Amino acid sequence: MSSDELNIVLIGVLGLLGLGFYGLLALRNLVKLVIALQILVKAAILGLVVAGNAGDNIGLSQSLAVTVIVADTVVAVIALALVVQIRRRVGTMDVRDLAQLQG
Amino acid sequence: MLYACLVVIMLFFAVQAIREKRLIMSAVWLAGVSAVLSVLLYLMDAYRVAVIELSVGAGLVTVLFVFAINISGEEAIAARSLLPRPVSWGLVILSVVLLGWFILHLESPANAPQADDAQFTASLWEQRGLDVLVQIVLIFAGTLGLLGLLAEAKAPLEYSVAKAVTAERDRELQTLQDTAQSNEGAEGENS
Repeated sequence: MSSDELNIVLIGVLGLLGLGFYGLLALRNLVKLVIALQILVKAAILGLVVAGNAGDNIGLSQSLAVTVIVADTVVAVIALALVVQIRRRVGTMDVRDLAQLQG
Repeated sequence: MLYACLVVIMLFFAVQAIREKRLIMSAVWLAGVSAVLSVLLYLMDAYRVAVIELSVGAGLVTVLFVFAINISGEEAIAARSLLPRPVSWGLVILSVVLLGWFILHLESPANAPQADDAQFTASLWEQRGLDVLVQIVLIFAGTLGLLGLLAEAKAPLEYSVAKAVTAERDRELQTLQDTAQSNEGAEGENS
């Protein structure tokens, strides 16, 4: 992997991170928020593997990436189950409506 | 050139996943991001992670999203965000520029690393044993959490309790009506 290719993939990591951040900040639908979180984690996975490739330690980076994938999947499962429950109980998936709930 | 094409396609898919109004299409675009990402990972000699990302990221997670969207239904929400748009764009650009400033000076090693299955296996099972343990705990915790969240949905409080309360009220009403009728009957006999 040449230096140019490394920089291109790093720009891809930055782009995914930016999109994920923007989604988390700007979106209001709960499912879309989980999707933005997934994009952020994909950026993290790509960053880990790029770092392993550049640092000549691809085995370690792969094992860390596998851990991240497992944790991310569990987070997605729990978040989606919460979204389904919120939709059933409150009847909305809008974050702004949820922020106005009073306990 | 191949890397540039793949990165551009991946970013396009990600933008579509964020911009798309319909949730189900958004989930499909996310699966596309996963698929392209796994090709990139494969090109970077991370074969195992590429396979796992393709099967879990593009397969399992997409199925979960489609399942959840089908259960909860589509909900069109106007595009106005909680934060003002300039503020969110400013924060995003600031964080991306800062991160890019730090990571874009990385140097690639002269010799490309050799992908070695033994290296990955040794790294995952021997050196990162704690990580594997944490993964197992996470999977169990996730399963238990999911059961806890969805088991309640099978017998939701609002429905079962509401039905029980309605049945009780109907029974009481019936008893009241019966007593009223019997009283009326007794009064008629007396007169």
